[in-house]
Amino acid sequence: MITCKDFLRELNDFLDETTDPVLRAELERHINECPNCWVICDTTKKTIQVYKGMEAQNLPEPVHERLMSMIAKKKPGCCGGGDTH
Amino acid sequence: MDHEHPEVTSATDPAAAELALVDRARNGDVAAFGELISKYERRVYRMARQITQNDEDAEDVLQEAFLKAFGHLDSFQGQSKFYTWLTRIAVNESLMKLRKRKSDRTVSLDENIETDEEPIVREIAVWDDNPELRYSQEEIRQILDKAIEGLKPIFRTVFILRDVEELSTEETAEMLGLSIAAVKSRLLRARLQLREKLTRVFKRKGEQILGYAK
Ligand SMILES: [Zn+2]
Repeated sequence: MITCKDFLRELNDFLDETTDPVLRAELERHINECPNCWVICDTTKKTIQVYKGMEAQNLPEPVHERLMSMIAKKKPGCCGGGDTH
Repeated sequence: MDHEHPEVTSATDPAAAELALVDRARNGDVAAFGELISKYERRVYRMARQITQNDEDAEDVLQEAFLKAFGHLDSFQGQSKFYTWLTRIAVNESLMKLRKRKSDRTVSLDENIETDEEPIVREIAVWDDNPELRYSQEEIRQILDKAIEGLKPIFRTVFILRDVEELSTEETAEMLGLSIAAVKSRLLRARLQLREKLTRVFKRKGEQILGYAK
């Protein structure tokens, strides 16, 4: 019998779809019967989705410019850039 | 299309095209390396900002990461993706910044957290349908950044690598020098903490918040 604590412990693997089929079936049965765990599962899944869906912004123009001019001054393979170790 | 024309396939394959760029950059072609920068600078900068939580550090990380990558292209074997290799360098630089800046406080990634302790869940409420449609892209970005900012470095770094950069558990563990089990338990906590924070913003109005059964 799966408890809410068990469910929470398995939530990651459940969301990443790495649980084995037997356990997965038990977890699915649990969320169908337990509204709390269903909500937690659903909102955690949405949390991950909203982060994955966020596109990286363009760099502030000066940041991009400074990066490009630093690279332009370097030759590959010679000194590893700012690596002074 | 199929195995009859492997050479055609490889020429149009983005991974092969990228390796060709890396090859040109390795031979001193700055323009080729510039293409790689244009492709990945936004992600590297975002990751560095999220980990360090500091614009100045993020810019340093960005520059150091690309300079080191350019300087060490010879050691890039092409077994992993170029971005994964670049990420590894950028993560190291970010962690160094973090340690330097917060040396007076406890931010060690190796920090001993009680992995047996039950994760905490307080807010349980259904979200609005597609809450992201009710906010502008910029507002969403701020909401997400603010939520991440509130996480301890050990949690947010794991979350960023696994769920934002979409690295595997194994890659994340290796980059951070953590065990697989540690990555998993930190990821769970990070996800639940973020879920909690976002629920406060995205929960359906008027919806009763359920109490979690003990
Ligand atoms: Zn439950």
